Amino acid sequence: MERNYSGERNSEIELRLLIEAIYLKYSYDFRDYSGASIKRRVSHALSQFECNTISALQEKVLHDPTAFMQLLQLLTIPVSEMFRDPSHFLAIRREVVPLLKTYPSIKIWIAGCSTGEEVYSMAILLREEGLLDRTIIYATDINPRSLDKAKQGIFSMENVRAYTSNYQQAGGQRSFADYYTAAYGYAIFDKSLCENVTFADHSLATDSVFSETQLISCRNVLIYFNKKLQDRAFGLFHESLCHRGFLVLGSKETPDFSAFGNQFEPLVKQERIYRKS
Amino acid sequence: MNSETGLPSIEAIVIGASAGGVEALLTILAPLREGFGLPIIVVLHLPDERRSHLAEVFARRVSLPVLEAHDKTPVEPGTLYFAAPGYHLSVEKDRSFSLSLEDRVHYSRPAIDFLFDSAADAYGSSLAAVLLTGANRDGAHGLAQVKHRGGLTIIQDPDEAQVATMPLAALDFHQPDHILPIHGIGRLLVELERIAC
Repeated sequence: MERNYSGERNSEIELRLLIEAIYLKYSYDFRDYSGASIKRRVSHALSQFECNTISALQEKVLHDPTAFMQLLQLLTIPVSEMFRDPSHFLAIRREVVPLLKTYPSIKIWIAGCSTGEEVYSMAILLREEGLLDRTIIYATDINPRSLDKAKQGIFSMENVRAYTSNYQQAGGQRSFADYYTAAYGYAIFDKSLCENVTFADHSLATDSVFSETQLISCRNVLIYFNKKLQDRAFGLFHESLCHRGFLVLGSKETPDFSAFGNQFEPLVKQERIYRKS
Repeated sequence: MNSETGLPSIEAIVIGASAGGVEALLTILAPLREGFGLPIIVVLHLPDERRSHLAEVFARRVSLPVLEAHDKTPVEPGTLYFAAPGYHLSVEKDRSFSLSLEDRVHYSRPAIDFLFDSAADAYGSSLAAVLLTGANRDGAHGLAQVKHRGGLTIIQDPDEAQVATMPLAALDFHQPDHILPIHGIGRLLVELERIAC
């Protein structure tokens, strides 16, 4: 007898199983990531791993942690730049820094710091404003290889040239080249920028708050989460921030439609700078 | 499928356009009457990605409400959406938007392929996808995906497109349901809306 199977398509079932297997085996939780983007990244991984089906990919990464670490590089998105959206950093300089200066010591959390571009941008800004020495920065990400790269602070000269114009538009007070040494097509950033930076493995999906902070920067991370996971992240930020602490987001991100919509108020709405209300 | 016209009943329209796209889109969208009931989601490549005021420009010329598509907001019927410059735009299975910063596709972000591909997953056979004038190959793959999922595909007649590269690239890839001049596309969208709403 012919049966009509009207359930989900194989690839959708396989994708869910892969994500579940990764969670059970390696504790990386992609279950509440936005579906369309995860699907594209897994499709890309299929061609990189030369697998015909997601099931074949699942078998490979379940039994081989090295293969999983390779897949993790494809599932996380290390697309970042320094002083991305220069007007955002200019607004931090003008509107947030004067208020930060009133604190005797400052703790900043850069959540989802990827390969460190946001960290170096923030550290440079704080140094120019005379705040870096009394600031501790926690830079967290789920991808250990990204964190290693962030620690090294080595970026391709080609990219750094583009960052230079961002830096200037962001209100940079010096020559951007003062912050790095150029060698063999790479820019090696001044190690002293990271003296007070702690790079750490932390997941907004599974971990909890680890410190009270005055400012949290989480830019272009939340767009990869579904609403439920966004709510979890906003909850962590709300818990970590001190009274009237600052939350700065990517140019298309907002707490407005989250469960914490009325717990943050805009300080510079256009630049996605919010304050705990 | 509507027995009288042979057209399917659809829930959403996606449109991709590149060089020459503003004029083509205005020709299609300006005549749509207030109360047009389907959502229309547009990716239009622009040379300067960071600053654009597409929604404002079209709002003055189009009678539907016009919005930039915001992350995690639901796709509302009867609304014209534009992808934000600098971000890819996708439609999720729950018919809400999501944005991302993955690498450029055919030098483009937003990419037409990402919108079409994700909307094909979300809407299946109740999607209509329209590919217009343009100078690159974006959209060809996505349009084939729409067709593969049973959706309706429409390509602007390359003879009439301001820049024929994009329609021709898509025609290389698959045979669409309709190849139409710009006015024909406008009339077809009106007909699709009449059947659906």
